[in-house]
Amino acid sequence: MATNLRVIAALGARSVKQTFRRPQLMAPIVVFPTLLLAIQVGGAGRGVDLPGFPPVDGFLDFILAGAMIQSTLLAGNSGGIALAVDIEMGFTDRLLAAPISRFAIVLGRLAGTAALGALAAIWFIAIGLVFGARIDEGVPGALMMIVFVVLSAIAFGGLGAAVALRTGRASVVQGLFPLVFVILFLSSAFFPANLMLEPAATVARYNPLSFIVEGIREPVISSLSLEAFAKALASIALVGVISIGLSAMALRRRLRTGG
Amino acid sequence: MDWHANLRTVAALTRRAANELLRVPGAAIPGVLAPTIFFLGLFAVFGNLTLLPGFTSSSYQSFLIPISLLQGAGFTGAATGVNLARDIEEGWFDRLLLSPAPRPVLLAGLVLSASLRSLIPAAVLLTVGFALGVHWPGLDGLVIALLIVMGMGTIAACWGATIALRFRSQSGAPLMQAGMLLLILTTTSYAPLALLTGWLQTVARYNPVTQIVEAARQGFVGSVTWGDTWPGLLALAGLLALLSALALRGMRRTAI
Repeated sequence: MATNLRVIAALGARSVKQTFRRPQLMAPIVVFPTLLLAIQVGGAGRGVDLPGFPPVDGFLDFILAGAMIQSTLLAGNSGGIALAVDIEMGFTDRLLAAPISRFAIVLGRLAGTAALGALAAIWFIAIGLVFGARIDEGVPGALMMIVFVVLSAIAFGGLGAAVALRTGRASVVQGLFPLVFVILFLSSAFFPANLMLEPAATVARYNPLSFIVEGIREPVISSLSLEAFAKALASIALVGVISIGLSAMALRRRLRTGG
Repeated sequence: MDWHANLRTVAALTRRAANELLRVPGAAIPGVLAPTIFFLGLFAVFGNLTLLPGFTSSSYQSFLIPISLLQGAGFTGAATGVNLARDIEEGWFDRLLLSPAPRPVLLAGLVLSASLRSLIPAAVLLTVGFALGVHWPGLDGLVIALLIVMGMGTIAACWGATIALRFRSQSGAPLMQAGMLLLILTTTSYAPLALLTGWLQTVARYNPVTQIVEAARQGFVGSVTWGDTWPGLLALAGLLALLSALALRGMRRTAI
């Protein structure tokens, strides 16, 4: 157990360092979501005047959670790309030959993605506060947001890891990048579902990502309700169970077939 | 080298870029897919912004399509920069530099291919857009929009080439994409100037690409006029002159 934890910590630290050293991996996690956040606040900020928009102090309060979840999804994708690169370069094979738990290898990567999720959450809370956002629930609300983002990073990171383990090709995982935006646009990450156009509005109402985003958003724009908390947690658990399950299956298949 | 040989070199480099599309059909997909997803997504998410008093169009898809066309050109141009960086990493570009072809001719071959390739995402986006009810801009509006798309593809390729020559590695790719994204989106991309808020309104007012966007938007929103066309063409020519000068400077500074 202690050995496995050390392996997970070491691989997680390696994963974080790898992301900071490669601009290709870092840019989607911080640069693009920050740019989009700034542009969407300035470009669609008047949307808060539309009838039916939830009461908020400003559009930044509303969309901050969307930027965080976008960063989390992209961190999961970047983690998957990095894992696939490790497979392509033979690093994963060397790890598999080592006397360590096979699943610790995947968990190490997910630990790195979780750490990046935490850093992204802190970054977005900081720039939100600097540019005038107000977290209604205060420090406990901010901590709750970070916890939700970290759990989401593990859940969505599992999907990237599953594809990386199944295909072993970075280009395939990279191909998921546009899909991230499809999922985001079909959720209430950037605008309230009731003000979106059909059929996207209906999809957004039932998209688990909307429940996760609303769980992160609630502490900012109002007090966190038990219902929003439970829905967010259940959605993260659903995605997590599916993604970790798929990762385990892909890892077993890779071990069985050798590729 | 005489101008005949120069033209043949430009044509050969353009053909090489086209070959990549024929041999690796997936190479064009990112440049097509990303702006199409953004167009569909932004239309679905922000489509009701047209209900705001003062919005200049009742059709958000018509308002948005020029931005997506320019994004497509921007991504395609940035991809040219990434391809150049790959050629530099693999040593192919050094071999080109050893040839008697002048540097401006090598650059012209690169950017011309990007200019032509930017018509691929434009064709897909216009097809999707018209299916979703984008207004027909008229032949004059369409010709202006496509000319601007080709110009923007060239500008993006010059920017991509400048970054590729500076970093000599594909790790500069995010800077190529982010630069174009920033230039195109800090305009009247989501809403008319009067409805933008805070810093974006100020930046959009002075960003020359706003004039380019407004010129490309003619016909899709409102009618086509010379008064809305020339500022866009002037801004396009200015950016082209600036970025091609930067790319050429990078080419001239590249030693073998």
